[in-house]
Amino acid sequence: MRLVVDLNRCQGYAQCVPLAPDVLRLNGEEALFYDPNPDDAQRLRVLRAAASCPVQAIMVDFKDKGRRTAS
Amino acid sequence: MGEMTPEVAWAEAMKFENRPNPYRYFDELRKTPVVHVGDGLYVVTGYRELMALAHDPRISSDLRHKKARAAAKAGSGSESDPIEAYGQATSMITSDPPDHDKMRRQAMRHFGPPHTPDLIPSMEQGISQLCNELLDKAKGKTRIDVVDDYAYPVPVMVICKVLGVPIEDEPQFHAWIHDFMAGITDMGPDAATEAGKARRAKGEASSAAFIQYMTGLIQGYLKTPNDTMLSKMVNEKGPDGPMSPAEAVGNATLLLIAGHDSTVNTIAHCVLTALRNPGTVELLHRRPDLVPSAIEEVLRLESAVQFFPSRSALADIEIGGTVIPKGSPVHLMYGAANRDPKKFPNPNTFDPERRDNEHFGWGSGIHTCFGGPLARLEVNVALDTFVRRVENPRLVDDPPEYRRSNVFRGPRHLFIDFDGIRE
Amino acid sequence: MSTSTLASDLVTSFKTTGRIVIVGASLAGLRAAEALRNEGFTGKLTLIGDEKQEPYDRPPLSKQVLKGWVPADHTLLPRSRDIDAEWRLGVAATGLDRKKKTVRLVTGEEVPFDRLLIATGVRSRPWFNKAEAELEGLFTIRTSDDAGRLQTALAAKPRRVLIIGAGFIGSEMASVCRELGLDVTVAERADAPLVGALGGVIGKVAAEMQRDHGVDLRTGVSVEKIEGDAAGHVRRARLSDGTTLDVDVVVASLGSIRNTEWLRDAGLATGFWGVACDAGCRAFDIHGVVTDNIFVAGDIARAPHVLYEYQFLSLEHWDNAVSGAAVAAHNMVSLEPDRKPHLPLPSFWSGQFGVNIKGVGVQSFGDQVVITQGSVKERRFAAAYGKRGRIVGAITFNHGKWLEYYGALIEKSAPFPPPPPGYDEPVDAKPVPAEFPDPRTPTALPTVVLTGYDPTDRAASFAGAQA
Repeated sequence: MRLVVDLNRCQGYAQCVPLAPDVLRLNGEEALFYDPNPDDAQRLRVLRAAASCPVQAIMVDFKDKGRRTAS
Repeated sequence: MGEMTPEVAWAEAMKFENRPNPYRYFDELRKTPVVHVGDGLYVVTGYRELMALAHDPRISSDLRHKKARAAAKAGSGSESDPIEAYGQATSMITSDPPDHDKMRRQAMRHFGPPHTPDLIPSMEQGISQLCNELLDKAKGKTRIDVVDDYAYPVPVMVICKVLGVPIEDEPQFHAWIHDFMAGITDMGPDAATEAGKARRAKGEASSAAFIQYMTGLIQGYLKTPNDTMLSKMVNEKGPDGPMSPAEAVGNATLLLIAGHDSTVNTIAHCVLTALRNPGTVELLHRRPDLVPSAIEEVLRLESAVQFFPSRSALADIEIGGTVIPKGSPVHLMYGAANRDPKKFPNPNTFDPERRDNEHFGWGSGIHTCFGGPLARLEVNVALDTFVRRVENPRLVDDPPEYRRSNVFRGPRHLFIDFDGIRE
Repeated sequence: MSTSTLASDLVTSFKTTGRIVIVGASLAGLRAAEALRNEGFTGKLTLIGDEKQEPYDRPPLSKQVLKGWVPADHTLLPRSRDIDAEWRLGVAATGLDRKKKTVRLVTGEEVPFDRLLIATGVRSRPWFNKAEAELEGLFTIRTSDDAGRLQTALAAKPRRVLIIGAGFIGSEMASVCRELGLDVTVAERADAPLVGALGGVIGKVAAEMQRDHGVDLRTGVSVEKIEGDAAGHVRRARLSDGTTLDVDVVVASLGSIRNTEWLRDAGLATGFWGVACDAGCRAFDIHGVVTDNIFVAGDIARAPHVLYEYQFLSLEHWDNAVSGAAVAAHNMVSLEPDRKPHLPLPSFWSGQFGVNIKGVGVQSFGDQVVITQGSVKERRFAAAYGKRGRIVGAITFNHGKWLEYYGALIEKSAPFPPPPPGYDEPVDAKPVPAEFPDPRTPTALPTVVLTGYDPTDRAASFAGAQA
């Protein structure tokens, strides 16, 4: 699956990290490092993480959201 | 509705009888997104304005600023701020940087990333097991109270385990928390009645007892450490050092209440909202990938913490066409701003696939919910399990009976009828 | 027929039957293609890219890819929708014929267009010594192929890594090296890391961060010679401070070169700083006349910005690519008065040495800096930059939740210094000179440069002596 995090929007709330710990990690107390193309098995966790972002910085590929078009 | 002054709209929004639906009064208030509602209090219901103030370093959360102002007004006969009782024990929610930042780091060190990234994920299995057990208990019945029989036990078990609060003492602190909520977190006109004052007195007594209990617990951990979060917080030897016992009591109290009450209210609101919008349960059952965004949409519509009355302006702040004078208490109304049509099209509509849902259900800025990831994990699993297993759930009463608190808003009971519980 | 009906008919007709070609199939190109489809463009869409991979994200390459956590080919960009485009990947564009309205490819083909988007971005500046640049173990980093090779080299536990250039990317790579437990020397010609972008006052903090994490940081130092062994592999480097280092890996992090060569004969306002365009993303021709059918977005664009006295801004920022692509796409299928301006508030981030550095505005436009919140010692602070009494930029170190407050002040050209916070005032909250380097001093090129007023100005006043 595919995701990208808009790290300008990201303010380091880290609401997302514990919901998808294999995909999202904190480097220090605020910087986010992540796996942009994790295994499909991570899909539900990544969707939980994406929904949790207060600034909606996580974009998931439309196909991974079960949608036909648009994020 | 006719013309309503901000004072009247505010009082109506805070009234117990309007607890199920304060939103039309918020809409009325939002005509002036930052507005004085009497007694020097400014209330913020506009999305843009709330976002700006939640990120403004001239807005304080430190209750001592409010106390100073209340002391200055003492001679005028007005009630001192009831939330002060809540602030007796310093916690991160009633502090400013740098103290706030340090406390939050000290607590987070043993709760989440970067230092403890695995604790919250490791709770998922236990949460799932408990949700299933609770629904197993409902087999053979046709009616349950979602609050007492489903929403309540899960967050309580989880937070007690994480913090290190003995679950056997649960009935006791449940009662204390109930009294505190009913007595001290009602910011509306009902609090000034005779009954309201009696609730207030009971709330203060229970708060004091609760704090004494937590103090004892923390003292115990100083003597006999274990591997729970509270114990680690007060025995820490890392870069920020241990949290002082006094601060540990305040923060432990905060986390226990939030982990208790707000999460319960959120689970209940998820079921309530789903059942109010026919087809939702079926949709979420068919599309479990929509559960996370549906939960956020519920929080937008029915924010578990409607506002937290700790803030004040430390300087004159020009915003939303007005100037908030230095020293004024300021309420950031998350629940109200979450329905601002300028940000959210069709704001009163439940849309589980709403895009750009940057709502304030978990707050905003540095005080954004500390336990958010854990709470979300619980609500996700609870809602997943519910839609999967409960057959044909229906609301018995709409609206249900609500709790007293206009700050921590949620149904007191949520009775549902159902046909059965699937395996 | 009135002009407005004519205009609206033109738009409708173009949206259905027009042909759009996008040259450059990375972040800006991809987002432009999505935006075009969102705008209702249903005509023929062609994307041309010289790399063979589908569009992928570059920022992770210098961080989690180098660390070895994520494979180099695992940063493919998610899409927001189906694009329904013809993809020509692994094919470079070599020329543009504005009369015939065709793009020439390296294969000799000519691809016709009605409207064109130039999004060919930048490439790494190579090591200036051609012979030395051929050595095994000497890297630049821009593409996923680069990152894959460097990742492998770092995983082989080299004795020492030499990083030349302490800009953001160079610093991030040094940070990764330390996380991998590798010895690393950073050679920077200026007085401090990050100094071109953030000035000497903050550069000093960056230098301390590097040294605290065990980086052998040499400032005011250049690399004079890189030597290899008989097998053609890097083994030694000689620095201008007289020392010689045994190194197995060298990374030249010397900034970027805009990919404008293919536009050499096209008669556009191309130069050292990219392709000049107006604030609606339309390219200027070589005389400074705005074109109608050629648009520019991403790292290769330079456009006037009202907040910065209409100077041309050239931004190598992720969000500039995304927002510029969206505005360009909108304007490609619109006519007056429906066109929109691209007026980004420049923003960047960098993750290094456990610190999240974020910035907003154009710090290098300022001449003063003031620490506004927090503690420099703890590396948790916010700082604002000012010019002539107005705030023009801000940064945060592990203090990102406060940045948007300063962003709002910048957009309003609010007074500098900003009002004091109500709490957590820094020990020293006085504005001081920001200490940006003399533009004549060679240093790593900052990622935001103000390049003068003239659209065809090749004044490389920030380039210094480096070629």
